[in-house]
Amino acid sequence: MSSPFRASLIIAGAATLMVCGCKREERHSDSNPLAGSVPAGERQPTIYPGGGTPPPLDPRAARYENNAPALAEGQWLYAQMNCVGCHAHGGGGMGPALMDDKWRYGGRIDQIAMTIAEGRPNGMPAWRGRLTDDQIWKLAAYVRSLSGQPSKDAVSSRADEMSNTTPLTLTPRQGPRNADTAGR
Amino acid sequence: MRRVCTAILFGLISLSSGGCKRSPTLSESTVTGSILPDANHAIASSAASPADDGNWIMPGKDYASTRFSALGQITPDNIGKLGLVFTFSTATTHGYEAPPLVVNGTMYLITPFPNTLYALDLTKPGAPQKWVFKPEPAAASQGVACCGTVNRGAVYSNGKIIFNTLDGQTIAVDADNGRQIWRTQLGNIQKGETITMAPLVAGGKVLVGNSGGEMGVRGWLAALDEGSGKLVWKAYHTGPDKDVLIGSRFKPFYAADRGTDLGTKTWPPEIWKLGGGPMWGWISYDPETQAIYYGTGNPGPWNADQRPGDNKWTTGVFSRDVNTGEALWFYQTTPHDIYDHDDINESILADIPWGKGRRPVLLRPGRNGFFYVMDRRTGQVLSATSYGHMNGYLGVDLKTGRISINPQKEPKQGRVTRDICPAAPGQKDWNPSAFSPVTGLVYIPHINLCMDMSVSPANYIAGTPFVGADVKMYGGPGGYRGAVTAWDPLANKAVWEIHEELPLWSPALATGGGLVFYGTLDGWFKALDARTGKLVWRFKAGSGIIGQPISYRGPDGRQYIAVVAGVGGWAGGIVDGELDPRDPTAALGFANAVKDLPNKTTPGGMLYVFALPR
Repeated sequence: MSSPFRASLIIAGAATLMVCGCKREERHSDSNPLAGSVPAGERQPTIYPGGGTPPPLDPRAARYENNAPALAEGQWLYAQMNCVGCHAHGGGGMGPALMDDKWRYGGRIDQIAMTIAEGRPNGMPAWRGRLTDDQIWKLAAYVRSLSGQPSKDAVSSRADEMSNTTPLTLTPRQGPRNADTAGR
Repeated sequence: MRRVCTAILFGLISLSSGGCKRSPTLSESTVTGSILPDANHAIASSAASPADDGNWIMPGKDYASTRFSALGQITPDNIGKLGLVFTFSTATTHGYEAPPLVVNGTMYLITPFPNTLYALDLTKPGAPQKWVFKPEPAAASQGVACCGTVNRGAVYSNGKIIFNTLDGQTIAVDADNGRQIWRTQLGNIQKGETITMAPLVAGGKVLVGNSGGEMGVRGWLAALDEGSGKLVWKAYHTGPDKDVLIGSRFKPFYAADRGTDLGTKTWPPEIWKLGGGPMWGWISYDPETQAIYYGTGNPGPWNADQRPGDNKWTTGVFSRDVNTGEALWFYQTTPHDIYDHDDINESILADIPWGKGRRPVLLRPGRNGFFYVMDRRTGQVLSATSYGHMNGYLGVDLKTGRISINPQKEPKQGRVTRDICPAAPGQKDWNPSAFSPVTGLVYIPHINLCMDMSVSPANYIAGTPFVGADVKMYGGPGGYRGAVTAWDPLANKAVWEIHEELPLWSPALATGGGLVFYGTLDGWFKALDARTGKLVWRFKAGSGIIGQPISYRGPDGRQYIAVVAGVGGWAGGIVDGELDPRDPTAALGFANAVKDLPNKTTPGGMLYVFALPR
């Protein structure tokens, strides 16, 4: 069925993909802050006293957003830490929906990580001290994927739950509102 | 289904002709429905259901939990003239499940979180606010309330209004001035415990149970001293006999419920500590025997593969001595519950014709879809009849008491089990039926939903959900999702049944005027002719109705009907919680069954009070 020539083409193609998709497959062994910062976005739904500029995106975000291992581990944590019991698979329940375009406390990955770490007053538990910072960032990356934010080649096409939920590869991207989006 | 049994028809004809002859003037308070002790149908237990004084002091109306008002000014003939008298905004936008209370010219409203208590002066035009009491419960409690931040009602007793808060407190305030008398912390939100039920005051005790069957709590019922709020007894629903208050007086009818420490032995080691069996529904009380009757909630987690065994004492009915809490009998309606079929539904105390005399029974429209008639002295099941579409169970063996599960519909890890009926909220969830001692019928507001379910291992982390199941619900066969069934508990069949497009989440009210009231999720408040089920009146409220309607006699002698609208709860969470129906598992699967609801109603708590024109 396949010639050696075709096989080598596939290998060459795969190698190209790997080079292009290096961010997607990048793995990290620590979560120390990186140098540098990310420019602020154009949407500014919150008031920032003294000039109206949102704080820069936490540079750690780059390690987790669009990173397949982080998203996969976040997906696993989302089930294991019982996030699914409150937020379902993005549709919500005891807690708010996470697949829509509404973010009470900001939809940027660093804002979501902050929400997970510190909790929120209307019932969101505080996970700092229960999860590592690295795990919290991975969870935050997965939570963003529920509204279709990461690129489709980074998310899993396979859900762990019943087959009725939409795979993340087919989840439409919601333009966040009520959120400090940093233009992302 | 629509055939009317002759005895009931006869009873109703005599009732309506009696009503016509007495032709009430509106200032006169009349009881049209003569409740004959020799009637050839079920009647309410007299000690638990005293003559109607026109007040409404507890959610069930009386200890028999009839939700029946004997007032008879409003009838199918004149209800066309029923009109709105006054309204009151509750300042909440979450599901409102509680009934108003009316005590001697004052109306009391208890809201969902933040559990504000309002007193309205019915003696003045427009019923102005008399006082307000704000208990300020912890906001974080909203995050551990499985199915809406609801409250199912307050209770009046000896000059006090007593109610529970979502964050697990029981509070007594002075009914005259709204000043706090005592406050007791019972639940712990760090363990996932909330309190949503209405307390019952019986024998000088305030009876309160916990919610949290989806959070791995250990269920209990507590009795507080009515005067001081101090704990008198506390009975757990899992664990060793001494914790469950099982002792020498415990005489269960069926062998399966007999033995030592079954609350630990019917679980894997230590799992009973996380086993659920909360109590967030309804308690009835028989003053003659000083026994209480109530059911326990579902075991946790929903993934039943994690808890082999009968999981006692979850999902069953207890009778206890109100003074000591000692268990008298128990019957497990659904051992090893696999569908979240809590058994916390109402127990109506009735006396039914039996041989030459009468037999004291409980009438229980169960969440699992069977209507149980039980001898309330012994716990024997006299009949268990399905009152809706069912394929998850095959029947109940009256010799052993055991329910038979359809093995094809048993959720197992590694597969999705499809088309299970009834779904997790059962044939009927918390919203109680009304029983008319005039007709002898039970008016059951219920639902017609089926579900797909897949289970997976759940992790226990205190203060987070302990479920282990993905559920997707949808309408059952027949093209309707709700129904009101008038059930004859002697013939064990429906006398009539009407269908509703949306699932029914409001309780029912029956009146001496021959009417049945209930509300719909999209905000219709409806009255049916109790004889025929014919729709005789309706009113469109500003939000979906899941609250309990009541009827009372006002200071002017007129009969009033009151209900609070405010969509929410498990069924309406898609609206007040702004859930996203693209995820069919949202709201533990309920959102999928009511995808159309956000287009039909909006949140908002509002009291509506109706009367005939002067």
